[in-house]
Amino acid sequence: MEEKKTAWERLKLVHTKGRPTIRDYIPLIFNDFYEMHGDRFYGDDKAVIGGIAMLDGTPVTVIAQVKGRDIDENKACNFAMPLPEGYRKALRLAKQAEKFHRPVICFIDTPGAYAGVAAEERGQGEAIARNIAEFMTLRTPIISIVLGEGGSGGALALGVCDELAMLENAQYSVISPRGFASILWKDAEREEEACNIMKITAEDMVSLGVAESIIEEPLGGAHNDLDKISENIKEYLLCKIPEKCEKDIDVLLKERYTKFRKIGEFTE
Amino acid sequence: MFDDFFNVVKLRFNGGDEDEVPTFKCPRCQSPVPMSRYEELHRVCPNCNYHGRLPARERIAITADKESFREFDADMISCDPIDFPDYTEKQKELRQKTGLNDAVVTGIANIRGITTVIGVMDPNYMMGSMGSVVGEKIARAFEYATENGLPVVLFTASGGARMQEGIVSLMQMAKTSGAVKLHSDNGGLYITVLTDPTTGGVTASFASLGDIIIAEPKILIGFAGRRVIESTMKQRLPEDFQLAEFMQEKGFVDMIVERKRMRATLAHLLELHGYKGKEV
Repeated sequence: MEEKKTAWERLKLVHTKGRPTIRDYIPLIFNDFYEMHGDRFYGDDKAVIGGIAMLDGTPVTVIAQVKGRDIDENKACNFAMPLPEGYRKALRLAKQAEKFHRPVICFIDTPGAYAGVAAEERGQGEAIARNIAEFMTLRTPIISIVLGEGGSGGALALGVCDELAMLENAQYSVISPRGFASILWKDAEREEEACNIMKITAEDMVSLGVAESIIEEPLGGAHNDLDKISENIKEYLLCKIPEKCEKDIDVLLKERYTKFRKIGEFTE
Repeated sequence: MFDDFFNVVKLRFNGGDEDEVPTFKCPRCQSPVPMSRYEELHRVCPNCNYHGRLPARERIAITADKESFREFDADMISCDPIDFPDYTEKQKELRQKTGLNDAVVTGIANIRGITTVIGVMDPNYMMGSMGSVVGEKIARAFEYATENGLPVVLFTASGGARMQEGIVSLMQMAKTSGAVKLHSDNGGLYITVLTDPTTGGVTASFASLGDIIIAEPKILIGFAGRRVIESTMKQRLPEDFQLAEFMQEKGFVDMIVERKRMRATLAHLLELHGYKGKEV
C-alpha cells in the first residue's frame, strides 16, 4: 500500500471520474448475471440493481447501488440515491435468496437515500427501517462491501451483514461531510475540515468495529487498474463466502446481531 | 420546551407589565395561553389543539400508573467515540440544564395495571438525537421485554442520528432495529407513539417498526428535513407535508390519537393483545 491519504484526499478520489462502478465490476467478478427488476409494489428503482449470478460455481444474489459513469448514466440512476422501491426491491431479492439458500452480496455506493417528495410519500424511513430489521434475521449469509461512498441510512439499508469490507479508499459516514458541516457548523464550506474529523475511512471503520476487512486498491486508486481491483474483490468473496456458508445459521445470526449490538461507547 | 420557554420570556419582557402571569404563545395559532393552563392541559393549546413537546418525565407521569415507573440504566452517559470537539463539555452542560442523562428515558411501568416496558425520547436533549446511549438503552429495553414476555411502548421524538458520534450513531439504527426484530419474532407487541418531531435515523429505524403506529395530531414525521427537500427540489412544499395526517393518508400511521386519550388508548390496545393488568 502507498502512503496513507487523508480522508479528504480519499473523498476526492472516490469522486474521481472513472472510479469503477458496480456495472464495471459485475462482469469481472461474476458469471451469468441475471438482473431482476422491481419491488412488486410500485416500480423499478434504477439506483439499486439486483439479480442472481454465479461466483466461481456458487449461485449468489447480488444487490448493489449504482453510480453512473457519466452525466447521462447518473441521471438515469438518480446519482445512486435510491427511492423506497429500490430498498423494497433489495428486500424482495434478499428474501428470495433466503428461500433458495443463496448467500447475499451487497455493494454499497451511495451518497445517501434520496431526499424528496416522492421518497417521503412512499415511506423512505419505513423502507430503510424494514431492510435493517429484516436483514438482521435473514437466514442466509450476507457480505457487504463499500465501493466508494457509504452515506447514512441509505447505505445501512444494505449494510446489515455478517461481514463488512471497505475498499481501501471507500468511506462510510452518518451523513456526507458537507451535510455534517452544514448541520453542525451552519457552514457547508467547511466540508474538508468535517471530512477529516468525522472518522470515515476504511481504517476508522475497522477500529470502530464497523468493518472487518479492507480490500486493497491498486496504486493511485481503483480506477488505475480495473482488472486488479476486481480480482481483489473476487478473492475476498471467494475466501469469505464459503467460510460463512459453512457456519451453522443460528450461530451466524447470533454473531450478526452481536456485531452491531456491541457498537457504542458509554459509561454507567 | 426551549421554544415554549423563549415564548414565555418574550411575552414577559415585551409586555411591559411586570406582574403579568407567565404566558405561553402558541406557535400555531399565536394565541396567548396562561402557562399554568397550558401545563395543566399537558402542553396542548386549548384554542387550536396544538400538541407541544412534552418533557420525558411529564410524559411518563401522564402515561404510567402513579409511582409504578422504575427506570432502567438511569446513570448511563455517552463517551466521545470520534473525539468530536467540545462534545463531552456540551453534554455535561446539557445534563445539568435538562436533568436528563441523554435523550431517552426507559424503564418498566404499569399502564392501568398492565406491566409494560416504556421508553420516552426527549427533544430537549440534543433534539432527541440518537447516539450510543439512546441506542443502548432502547436495545436493552427491548431485550428485557423479550426475556420477560412484556409489551413495549415507545414515544419517539428525534431529529435523527447524533452527528457528534459519527458512524457509531448510524450503527445504533442497526442495534435498535435488531432488538425490535427479535422482540417481534418472539411474539411481543410493540406500539410506537410518534411525537413531535420524529425524523431522520429514528424514523428510518425503530420508530417505523411498531406493530401499531400511533401519532399525535399534526406532528412532524419524516425521513429527510423539509428544508433539505425544498433546497434540492427548488420548490415549495405543501403546508401539510410530513404532518401526521399526511403520513396517515400515505399509509404509514395507523391512528392519530390526542394526548388526553393516549393512556386509555394504550391500555385498551394492550388488553386487546391479551396483556392483563395485575389484580388490585
